[in-house]
Amino acid sequence: MVPFAGYEMPVHYAPGILAEHRQVRASAGLFDVSHMGQARVLGSNAGQVLETVLPANLLELDVGLQRYSFFTDANGGILDDLMVARLPDSYHLVVNASNKTDDFLLLESLCKDNIEFRALTDHALLALQGPQASAVLETLAPGINALPFMGVQQVSLKGLTCTITRSGYTGEDGYEISVAAENALALASTLLESPKVTPAGLGARDSLRLEAGLCLHGNDIGPDTSPVEAGLQWAIPQCRRKGGSRSGGFPGADRILSEIEHGPVRKRVGICPQGRAPVRAHTSLLAPNGSSVGEVTSGGFGPSINAPVAMAYVAREFSTPGTALQAVVRNRPLPVQVCPLPFVPHRYYSPKTLRRPLS
Amino acid sequence: MSNLKYTTDHEWAHLEGDVVTVGITDYAQDQLGELVYVELPQSGSEVSAGQEVAVIESVKAAGDVKSPVNGTVIEINQVLNDEPEKVNEDPTGAGWFYRVRVTSPSDLDEMMDESAYQAYIATLD
Repeated sequence: MVPFAGYEMPVHYAPGILAEHRQVRASAGLFDVSHMGQARVLGSNAGQVLETVLPANLLELDVGLQRYSFFTDANGGILDDLMVARLPDSYHLVVNASNKTDDFLLLESLCKDNIEFRALTDHALLALQGPQASAVLETLAPGINALPFMGVQQVSLKGLTCTITRSGYTGEDGYEISVAAENALALASTLLESPKVTPAGLGARDSLRLEAGLCLHGNDIGPDTSPVEAGLQWAIPQCRRKGGSRSGGFPGADRILSEIEHGPVRKRVGICPQGRAPVRAHTSLLAPNGSSVGEVTSGGFGPSINAPVAMAYVAREFSTPGTALQAVVRNRPLPVQVCPLPFVPHRYYSPKTLRRPLS
Repeated sequence: MSNLKYTTDHEWAHLEGDVVTVGITDYAQDQLGELVYVELPQSGSEVSAGQEVAVIESVKAAGDVKSPVNGTVIEINQVLNDEPEKVNEDPTGAGWFYRVRVTSPSDLDEMMDESAYQAYIATLD
């Protein structure tokens, strides 16, 4: 157990990080991610107000769908990244534990007049992740296997009211289940009754998201990085970009929209160390001529590819996959290569692949 | 092996003639978690007691392994290059790190024996 954002969190359970990681890729793992901040914003123009602090298209987001977005600051940095789901009566937000106090203050400051902010501090969050997740959840909530990737649905699981999204932080198919805290233990126990599911801790969560090329706020993104530097412009829809129907209107829009047009000066990339030595966060990256071109932001061992993996920011001219760089590890240069992200292909659920007739 | 000697940094040493085999203890591997990388000293290199001569990285952390003795490295456990998990599975057996021809076998006299080491780690939890 380790202290994490004010919570006592398990780094791993008895099987260990490698086994938990492989279990999620092969079958299913259950993560207790109740430390994440959950909140609802209600009111007829809640979407309009939320759009003033993040560059998503919430006004046209259909009920039942979720989007990935980020709160930006006036410099175009990322205050936090989050998930926003549209429920019939509200927007449901999930933010990072370490930022939730600031995020909630920001949201509260926006909520005037007819808009209500509700922090779901009495709710737990369980993440069921892996290729068997839908088969397991389907036995408890028939029909849930048809929920599309990034869909959200409010369902009753064994009589417990849950808000379920088809999303996660592992690159695998899976669900995140919001449930009243007093029912979390019962729900977790029920899910763990399946022989396909074992508990997984923070350690496996980190190695899984790193292999999937997903950013950790505080490491890979933060107030010092813009969404475009981070390669997250896919989360900024056309309507919020230059020439769009609601172009800009969020903090730092000038810089962010200009970077989309002209390209950022540095980019987040994947880094493949050539040997077996892991290259950790804050490691300097050098060009062949010895000049510094960037820094590693997350790094470790990728259990699914049995090799070290890392993410880094490098100057744009060194960001092409295949570029050879050196990482300074224990005062010695180690050869590394810029490589595409993710390291392990995403396997999110797509109805199309299931509807294809068997041949 | 009951005739192992231990350091406060959780290395073990086993003397046979003038050759000392070095590794990390079961306590150390348990604290580190699953190892994913072991970097060993060059065979033939001179090492001195207290010098950081090997690097270990686990899924959780990176650490250094200090040489408990003075001498010359005569053999390294090549298996650990590809199978660092051997250290977790059998830290005082197949998971040994390297062998040193020592200049003075009495270097080991000051190290802890099994019971002293067990008493020492009992104070750490």
